[in-house]
Amino acid sequence: MADKLITAAIVVVGVPAVLVGYIWATEQVLRVLPEGRKPRVRPWLWLGPALAFLAVFLIYPMIGTVVRSLQDSSGQNFVGLDNYAWFVGSSDALSALKNNVLWLVFLTLGVVALGLLVAVLVDRVRYETIAKSVIFVPLAISMVAASVIWLYMYQYKPEGAIQTGTLNAAIGVFGAGPVPWLQVQEFSVNTFMLILVMTWMWTGFAMVIISAALKGINPELMEAARVDGATEWQVFRGIVFPLLVPTLVVVSTTMIITALKAFDIVFTMTSGQLNTNVIANLMYSEMFKFGQYGRASAIAVVLLLAIVPIMFFNIGRFRQQEAVR
Amino acid sequence: MVRRFRWLAPLATLALVVGACTTTTTDGKTVTVIGTWTDAEQEAFLAMVAPWEAETGFTVKYQGTRSINDILAAGVPTGVLPDLAGLPGPGQMAEYAAAGALQPLDDVLDVATYESETASGLTSLGKVDGKTYGVFVKASVKGLIWYNPSLHEYGPSTPATWDELTAMGAANQGSADSLWCLGIESGDASGWPATDWIENILLRQAGPEVYNDWWAGNIPWTDPAIKTAFETYMEVVDNSYGGGTNAVATKFDLAGDPLFTSPPGCALFQQASFITGLGAFADATAGTDYNAFPFPAFNEQYANAVEGAGDLFGMFHATDAAKSLMKYLVTAEAQDIWVARGGALSANKNATSYPDEISTTMGGMIANAEALVFDASDQMPSAMNAAFWSHMVSLTSGSETVDEALDALQEVADDAYAQ
Repeated sequence: MADKLITAAIVVVGVPAVLVGYIWATEQVLRVLPEGRKPRVRPWLWLGPALAFLAVFLIYPMIGTVVRSLQDSSGQNFVGLDNYAWFVGSSDALSALKNNVLWLVFLTLGVVALGLLVAVLVDRVRYETIAKSVIFVPLAISMVAASVIWLYMYQYKPEGAIQTGTLNAAIGVFGAGPVPWLQVQEFSVNTFMLILVMTWMWTGFAMVIISAALKGINPELMEAARVDGATEWQVFRGIVFPLLVPTLVVVSTTMIITALKAFDIVFTMTSGQLNTNVIANLMYSEMFKFGQYGRASAIAVVLLLAIVPIMFFNIGRFRQQEAVR
Repeated sequence: MVRRFRWLAPLATLALVVGACTTTTTDGKTVTVIGTWTDAEQEAFLAMVAPWEAETGFTVKYQGTRSINDILAAGVPTGVLPDLAGLPGPGQMAEYAAAGALQPLDDVLDVATYESETASGLTSLGKVDGKTYGVFVKASVKGLIWYNPSLHEYGPSTPATWDELTAMGAANQGSADSLWCLGIESGDASGWPATDWIENILLRQAGPEVYNDWWAGNIPWTDPAIKTAFETYMEVVDNSYGGGTNAVATKFDLAGDPLFTSPPGCALFQQASFITGLGAFADATAGTDYNAFPFPAFNEQYANAVEGAGDLFGMFHATDAAKSLMKYLVTAEAQDIWVARGGALSANKNATSYPDEISTTMGGMIANAEALVFDASDQMPSAMNAAFWSHMVSLTSGSETVDEALDALQEVADDAYAQ
């Protein structure tokens, strides 16, 4: 116990001391430089620690992953592109890839459309704050907890027994069902049921961002249009929507990345069985369950390659917006 | 706002550091143990080690987790391992021993006494190249048929063959909705109860040799013997309460609950001996509310084959405290504490403080089995095991045929056994 307290004390006193010490030391270094060079060097010295952390915890593992993806499961021998060949030839991997595409398209569409709808509608009512809070709350729940909640929603009991699942109880009122929601593979119904959970969670996020952008639109623009005789739909179509496009793009790219990284819901609700697997869960299984570090790394690289263009697009968008300001 | 809470930052750092330290302490007096036991089983294990702690002054730091496979698979290459751990199965034990992570127990235990006291089927499963690396702390019998005596009491004349069982079962089904209860949902291990079905059927249709060749990868999945076992299982699915869809949607520990409803959902339920500690069984009384008989034979020749499972225990760090605990765990004195609580069978033949007659009979099955085989799926390569589970789920839900499932499994086997 005593040594723990000592460690804690060292950290509490030591960490700030090191930080202050570093800044002091950089100033000492800067003193010897000519006055004109100082403004150019100082940012790099201040950024130094952050860049070092980035290099150690992001760049180095990334390069390591790429190297690992070219090795066998033991990490002893190089096998060329075998792991990538496995990925392309494995029906499990391709089914996971197909599901990820469904996630990408329908999660993004669902979240953005619902978020926009709610943001525009609640903008016109007095109880806006309450309505927005209610829709935002699911985002605060952990993914696993949300999955467990929805497992109860989708619960299935045999026909004739009391339906304890919310959805089956609801359709039972009309004499329909019960439907084993997470087992229906026709039209990937079970995958859509999982996407619905994520949509439920993230709609609040899209709503908040879009709502903020909505507040930023100059009301005089809309007033002018209305005075000129535009209908509400024309105001939305001609003024509000075009001004929201940059925001919608940012929300969409964020959702695309979220969809590509989807893991928790699939792992908790179906563990990828019955053709609901996704890339991230496949990677987890290969690595931690099967010890196939090479294959898991190859999957990680594929996922990275899929995300990189979207990241660049997103950053480019941000830059454009900053430039406008 | 932000400024006002700045003083919290160092506190948060402190919390992180203290938290990190508590998980890495080793002072020589503590034995870190991880196992799959949670809830009631965790309590039983802690009760089991309590006398040892009182006697030696050492302490056990136990962590129960369902992801033991993942933790050990990640821990063996990195060296982040507990002192003692429950091992998933003999296959993984051999792997960890070959990697040099598991410590041999021949110098820790009094091997002669251990071997004379423990069922021979179990001691041989704990060996790699003649050295003992794993011991069994407790055991269970797989493939018992459970029934509710108030619906029909089978008494001593239990069905000896599968045909007899299906005939007697159907004749005495009474008000029960279906012959069988079935439930195979189990989180990310969903499907394992169905693999138990296949294993129990195959063991008694084709015998222990075919059984062992099968999990070792020496017999293809498309072999007629395997296909017959799968087809027998599909008959059970067709005669189960709520059908395959309900089986996939039902958690394994609650699957037997319809035995006790009125009218009953089913007349028979197949599960391992540990079910008595779970679901509606936990609150029911052995003998009056439920009873069990062994899985019947298909082929008379293999009538005395038993599928067992057990909690194989291995040592990763040979500290004095860990060695002392290992020595204690294999004794009858220790195992008696757990078996007296019910739901567990002892590995040590001298631990017989069973709470009821059913447990005593099952304990005898382990001690006297002519051929004791270990859970086949647990001994397959982990990718094979996961695919076996997953395809049993697809098959049971009706989204695959037997042939499709077997072809897909063989495809996985070609890859998994080659690694």
